[in-house]
Amino acid sequence: MTIQLSALSALGALVIGTIVAIFRVSPVRVLRFLGTSYVNLFRNTPLTLLMVASILGLSFILGLSWSDQAKTNAFIWAVIVLSIYHAAFVCEALRSGVNTIPAGQAEAARSIGLTFGQSLREVLLPQAFRGAIAPLGSTLIALIKNSTVAAVIGVADAAGLMAVIVENETGSLPVFFIFALGFVILTLPLGVWFTSLSRRLAVKR
Amino acid sequence: MSEPLVVLTDVNKHFGPLHVLRDINLTIGKGEVVVLIGPSGSGKSTLCRTINRLETFESGSITIDGKPLPEEGKELANLRADVGMVFQSFNLFAHKTILENVTLGPIKVRKVPKAQADKRAMELLERVGVAHQAEKHPAQLSGGQQQRVAIARSLAMDPKVMLFDEPTSALDPEMINEVLDVMVQLAKSGMTMIVVTHEMGFARKAADRVVFLADGQIVEEATPEEFFSNPKSDRAKDFLSKILTH
Repeated sequence: MTIQLSALSALGALVIGTIVAIFRVSPVRVLRFLGTSYVNLFRNTPLTLLMVASILGLSFILGLSWSDQAKTNAFIWAVIVLSIYHAAFVCEALRSGVNTIPAGQAEAARSIGLTFGQSLREVLLPQAFRGAIAPLGSTLIALIKNSTVAAVIGVADAAGLMAVIVENETGSLPVFFIFALGFVILTLPLGVWFTSLSRRLAVKR
Repeated sequence: MSEPLVVLTDVNKHFGPLHVLRDINLTIGKGEVVVLIGPSGSGKSTLCRTINRLETFESGSITIDGKPLPEEGKELANLRADVGMVFQSFNLFAHKTILENVTLGPIKVRKVPKAQADKRAMELLERVGVAHQAEKHPAQLSGGQQQRVAIARSLAMDPKVMLFDEPTSALDPEMINEVLDVMVQLAKSGMTMIVVTHEMGFARKAADRVVFLADGQIVEEATPEEFFSNPKSDRAKDFLSKILTH
């Protein structure tokens, strides 16, 4: 469940984060403002709060439900909240990636007649992603660990399972340890892989 | 003069309180090679950049082949495709190979099929003498080679006019000539060129006209022979005495 939740949320965060990052570097002032507001709002709100607000506020009180099954509903809300929350961090990682590109390249792209969208797709974003691989990796690792927060709205992820086991068995310390190890096994190779990826794909200047 | 291609009328621009371009009136004919010179801060680079609207201006008008510069957007992108620009710092796309740098514009803007764009790009790279480097990335090339690729990249769009913004200022001395040679060859082939440069040798050899700017104004315009041997204004005399004494 943790893996499924993380994978879907990572995908969502990447897509939303890219769009918000485009807003933040766009020449249109209103879009820039929207992008900045998004980042400030979600980067500064605790994830647990968003989780609880989604299920209590949006789902129970306003009746926004994705599925009749409480379990599926909670899972989808968890994916959405994790995506939206981490998109703010993805956006900032990408924006720092954009900032590593010399301003002249955007000018060169425009001067051969590329439109703003084409310069983004062909010149700026590919380099921004490469420059942002390391911070994106950190964000992904944080996302995997933060997916445990979904337990507060009843998604049976690792933390939820752990709580159940601890409740039913004695000797909670070994259980904590095993689950911690599980996360290390999940995230450590990811970190190593991202580091090597960022070296391999680095844009030479 | 031949048919006018680029016409600037009463162009004015400020950077904050600084009046960088004052009532610029300049007409460049088809096939003409115009060199802009002047002391640093005179507005010559800014002038060059306003012609494809990388810099905006406040009043006056600029037309290229009869069409006024449009606002930022699709139309401006189309117009920029017809105006080549070579920068001081080359500005090659660092994540693409040399060949991809040259073919990007033709493929994405002109919608030329890839095979055809590749073929044309190789011809252009051959012409500027870097064809054997086509599969490398920009960082693997010397400054002079990178600048020649940048010229090929502009040429691939078949521009009506090419702007050069101090193309040799960032180069080591021994690489300046390889770039200037390409530019001289280009001038001889009939390309319309507007060149901001400190290379007086290039101005003498290839320019049809020298335009001298100081404090955002055009102070003097003349043929290279006339300008270098017999400058009329005191500003130009002063400038030439400073750069030609060594």
